[in-house]
Amino acid sequence: MGKLEGKTAIVTGASRGIGRAIAIRLAEEGARVAVNYAGSEDKANETVRIIEEAGGEAFAIRASVSDADDVKTLVDETASRFGSVDILVNNAGITKDNLLMRMKEDEWDDVIDTNLKGVFLCTKAVARPMMKQRSGTIVNLASVVGVAGNAGQANYVAAKAGVIGLTKTAAKELSARGIRVNAVAPGFITTDMTDKLPEEVKEGMLGQIPLGKLGSPENVADAVLFLASGDSEYITGQTLHVDGGMVM
Amino acid sequence: MATVLERVSKVVVDRLGVDESEVKPEASFRDDLGADSLDVVELVMELEDEFDLEISDEDAEKIGTVGDAVNYIEQKVG
Repeated sequence: MGKLEGKTAIVTGASRGIGRAIAIRLAEEGARVAVNYAGSEDKANETVRIIEEAGGEAFAIRASVSDADDVKTLVDETASRFGSVDILVNNAGITKDNLLMRMKEDEWDDVIDTNLKGVFLCTKAVARPMMKQRSGTIVNLASVVGVAGNAGQANYVAAKAGVIGLTKTAAKELSARGIRVNAVAPGFITTDMTDKLPEEVKEGMLGQIPLGKLGSPENVADAVLFLASGDSEYITGQTLHVDGGMVM
Repeated sequence: MATVLERVSKVVVDRLGVDESEVKPEASFRDDLGADSLDVVELVMELEDEFDLEISDEDAEKIGTVGDAVNYIEQKVG
């Protein structure tokens, strides 16, 4: 019996990388999963196929998390297919890195829109069915750079720090209704997003990781599973670092 | 068929756990019936279900008393 048997989940940005690993992990534990994507339909379908081949249940659904109408459709569609929304994983995120001095306004806005406003919109939308059912768990993907800062990522860092604050506030507002809200802050994880980083940046980061290696999307997915499941029933408002000890 | 006031009263009694006699049109959800702001949000959600209508956030903010809710619903449904 899986830890999430009978539960339903929305994972935003689940077409690849960490989001895909999370969707697969939750499905392995019995959750039925809405695999959200913004642009990569083929990859989202691939995530669904991987889940189905393992005997799980999932469907792909397009929605831009920074668009309130899209988000409403995402939540309504999931609720009508599955009958409830028990778990939300706010994973969708983008990067548009640039030095503060060179960062353009639209680079700032785009990252804040997807990475921070998207979390707000999705959280607000699921809070309604979760409040009614008097239960639910929300797990937000933050980042260790949201705690420690990172040169060249003012927009991303500001958004991720914002996510941590939003997590705490949502936890305080919703806990009386049986809804828990936590965040996972990954460190340096091997994904498409980090593959793009220059080699010297990667080596520099390795030197800051006490455990001496990069993390995997599965490492992050395990932490999300913990916070999404009943194993963490007395934990809310927290940010769990999955970073090999990079930021303590 | 129950009146709008009766149906609203039932939702309020169920949700806030107050006595039916306290649910008068002039009763304020927050000041008289002990609701916190989240209770009011929930109450509005329950009323949406009960009367099968959608209450926008802007409209919901104006609903402070039992009478406000009844008037609003009567306008929408009637």
